[in-house]
Amino acid sequence: MSSPSHAGEHAPRTYPTRPAAVYFYATCLVDLFVPEAGMDAITLLEREGIRVIFPESQSCCGQPAYSSGFPEEARKVAASQLDLFPGDYPIIVPSGSCAGMIRWHWAKIFADDPALHARAAAVAARTYELAEFLLHVVGFQRRDEGDPVTVTLHTSCSARREMGTHLVGRELLARLGNVTLAHHGHESECCGFGGSFSMKHPDISTAMVSDKVAALKATGAREVVTADCGCLLNITKRAEKEDLDAGRSKPSLPGEHLATFLLRRTGGQPARRS
Amino acid sequence: MSAPHATSAAASSSKRDARPIAFVSAQALRERMHDAVNDPHLRKSFRGAMDFLMAKRAAQFPDESELDSLRTLSEGIRQYSLSRLPDLLEQLEAKLTRNGVQVHWAADADEANAIMLGIARRHAAKTIVKGKSMVSEEIEFNHAMHDAGIDALESDMGEYIVQLAGEKPSHIIMPAIHKTKEQIATLFAEKVPGVSYTDNVDTLIQIGRQVLREKFEQADIGLSGVNFAVAETGTLCLVENEGNGRMCTTVPRVHMAITGIEKVVEKLEHVAPLYSILTRSATGQAISTYFNLISGPRKPGEKDGPEEVHLILLDNGRSQAYADEQLRKTLQCIRCGACMNHCPVYTRIGGLAYGTTYPGPIGKIISPHLMGLEQTHLLPTVSTLCGACGEVCPVKIPIPELLVRLRGEAQSKPHDNPVMVGQGAGYSALASFVWRTWARIYARPGNYRMFSWLASRFRALTPSRQSGWTAARTPLTPAPRRLRDMVRDRQ
Repeated sequence: MSSPSHAGEHAPRTYPTRPAAVYFYATCLVDLFVPEAGMDAITLLEREGIRVIFPESQSCCGQPAYSSGFPEEARKVAASQLDLFPGDYPIIVPSGSCAGMIRWHWAKIFADDPALHARAAAVAARTYELAEFLLHVVGFQRRDEGDPVTVTLHTSCSARREMGTHLVGRELLARLGNVTLAHHGHESECCGFGGSFSMKHPDISTAMVSDKVAALKATGAREVVTADCGCLLNITKRAEKEDLDAGRSKPSLPGEHLATFLLRRTGGQPARRS
Repeated sequence: MSAPHATSAAASSSKRDARPIAFVSAQALRERMHDAVNDPHLRKSFRGAMDFLMAKRAAQFPDESELDSLRTLSEGIRQYSLSRLPDLLEQLEAKLTRNGVQVHWAADADEANAIMLGIARRHAAKTIVKGKSMVSEEIEFNHAMHDAGIDALESDMGEYIVQLAGEKPSHIIMPAIHKTKEQIATLFAEKVPGVSYTDNVDTLIQIGRQVLREKFEQADIGLSGVNFAVAETGTLCLVENEGNGRMCTTVPRVHMAITGIEKVVEKLEHVAPLYSILTRSATGQAISTYFNLISGPRKPGEKDGPEEVHLILLDNGRSQAYADEQLRKTLQCIRCGACMNHCPVYTRIGGLAYGTTYPGPIGKIISPHLMGLEQTHLLPTVSTLCGACGEVCPVKIPIPELLVRLRGEAQSKPHDNPVMVGQGAGYSALASFVWRTWARIYARPGNYRMFSWLASRFRALTPSRQSGWTAARTPLTPAPRRLRDMVRDRQ
C-alpha cells in the first residue's frame, strides 16, 4: 500500500530545519471566503524571518471533486497545480483537509500515470499543515500580549486523522501564557461539514453542527479557534444563524482561524477583511 | 452448486436482480433519515448507547501500540485469507465433508433459502430456533421460512425482541439497541402469553429465557451464523455471550450454519488475534462468554450434538467485491460494529434508517455489492468522510477511501464494462456538467482568476438561499478582496 488513509497508519513525520523560504498554498476556501486567515498566516511566517512565496496560479487541490466521486475532474485540477512549486521549499497549507488531500490522496488520483504520480509525490512530501509547521519547524514561541481569555479548540477530522496533527493546535495554544483552553464534549467528533455533505444531507449535517456548536458553547469559552476554514465557516455560520433566530446581536460563538488568533495574541496586526 | 464462487465476477449473475429484499429508493432513504434525525428520543438513546460502547472499547485498548500491532496483524490475516480465498474455500469444503458436515454453495439469497428449506422439508421441520446471524437477516430467512409454513424463532435476546416487535435489527451486534426497557416491557406484556408489565431488566431477561428454553427442546433444527471458518481443520467458530448459540448448535437434531464466503481463514492460530480484537472492538469485552468450535455432527458414542450439520456458504454479491483489488478490502470485515459505534451519522439516525441489513459505515460499503447500486447509490454519500470508522476498524478497512470509490462508481456515466451491478445508477447529467465546468475553471489559472474576481466583485449577488447550507447557517459570501488581492496590494 502506497498511501494509507489515516494518521494512525502513518509513521511519525520527520520535519526539516527552518527554511529560508516557503510556498504558501492558500486553498480555494481561504482565497475566496476567509482571505484574512491566509494573510495572517503569511504574516506569522514572515515575522519569523521566512520568505513567503505565493504562487499566483494556485486555485484548488481538487478535493471537492475527489470526495464527491469525480476523480477525473479532481485529477485535472490537481495536475494544474503540480508546477507551482519549482524551488525546493516546504509548501504550507493553512488547512488540514487540503494538506491531507495533497499528502495522501494525490497519489491515488495519479496512480495510473507514473510521471504525474512521481511529481505529485514530490510535492506531497514537502507539504505541511500550517500549525504543524509553526510548532515543529518554526518552533513558534512568542510572548502572549493579550488579556487572559478562555478559548475552545476545534480540530478538523483531516488534521486529526490524516495529518496526525490533532495535538499541535493544543501545544501552540499552550505556549500562550494568558490563554486557557477549554475542552468540549465529543471533541474528536466531526462538525458535520464534509464539503458537499452539508448541501446534500442538510438534516444530518445540521444535527451534527448544532451538537458541535452546543458543545463548544457549553465550555463557556469566549471563542472557538480552529486551523481549518471549512469547519470554521460551518461552525461560525451555524452559530450566527442561531443568534439571528434568537434575536441576539452579540455573537454567542465567534470563531477565528488559529493563524489569526496566534498573530493577534502575540502583538501582530491581523489583516482586515475589507 | 458445487464450486466456489469466489473467482467469478458476480456482475454476470442476472438472478441477483430478483433478491427478496425490499427495494430501497433514494427518496425513501432520505425520508427515513429525516424522520430519524428529528426524533429526539432516538437521538438521545443512540447517543447514550454509542458513548457507552466507545468508552468500553477504549478501555480495552489502553496501550496504543498494542492496539496498532494487533490491528496490523488482524489486517494481515484477513488480507492473506482473502488472497487465498478460492483455495481456502475448497480446503474448507473438503475438511468439513471429511468431518461429516454437508457443505452447500449459494449464489444468492434465493438459493440459500431454497437449500435450507430443502433441508427443513427433508426433516419435516416445523420449528427452527436461531442463534444470531446477520447473514440470515441478509437473505430474509425468517420470511422465507414463514412463507413455507415453518416457524423461525430468534433466540438471541436482542433478536428475539426485534422479532417480537416485527422490526429489523438496528445494530449488527446489539439488534435491539434502539428500544428502551419500557418499550420492551410493553412489548413482552402484549406479545408473550401470561406476562404482565414489568420493566425490571432481570425479570424481562428471565421471561425471555423461559420462552426460549422450551423452544430449544422443541425445535427440529437449529440455525447459526459463523464468525470464522477454519480451512485446515474444518472448524466453524461461533462467538456469543448468551449461550443460545451453543443451545442452537447442540440441542436440535439438525444444525444449519450459514456464512458469507469471506469468513474463511486458513489456520486455527489465525483465529486467536481476530477473536481478541473482535470482542474488544465490538462490546469492549476482553473475551466473549461463549466461544464455540464446531467440527462436525455427533459421533458414535457421544452424548450430545446434532445428528446432521450443514454449512451454507453464501456469495450474494461478495465475489463482485472480491474481483476488484480495492473493493476486496470490504470483505476483510469481521462484523464487530465498531465503525457504527463511532460514526457521527449512525449516532444521529440509528440503524433502521439505512434500510439495509448492515447499517452504518460497513453497511454503506458492503450493501452496494449485496443489493446493487440502483438501490444503494445514495448510501455512500451519507458521510462526511470524517474517518472515525477507518480509525477504529480492527482490520484497517479504509472505509472513507471505499466510500469515495463507490461515489465514483455510482455517479459516473453508465458504461459497458462495469465493475459493479448498478454502476452509474446515481449518474446525473447536471452534476457531471457542474463538475466538468468546475474543473475547467479551476484547472486553468486565467479562468480561476476571472471566476474568483467576479465572485468577489459581485458578491452582493450571492444568493441568500444556498441549497442545504442555509437551512441551518447564514449564507457564505465571498470576501471583498481575495487573498491574492491582499497579497498583491501589500507588496
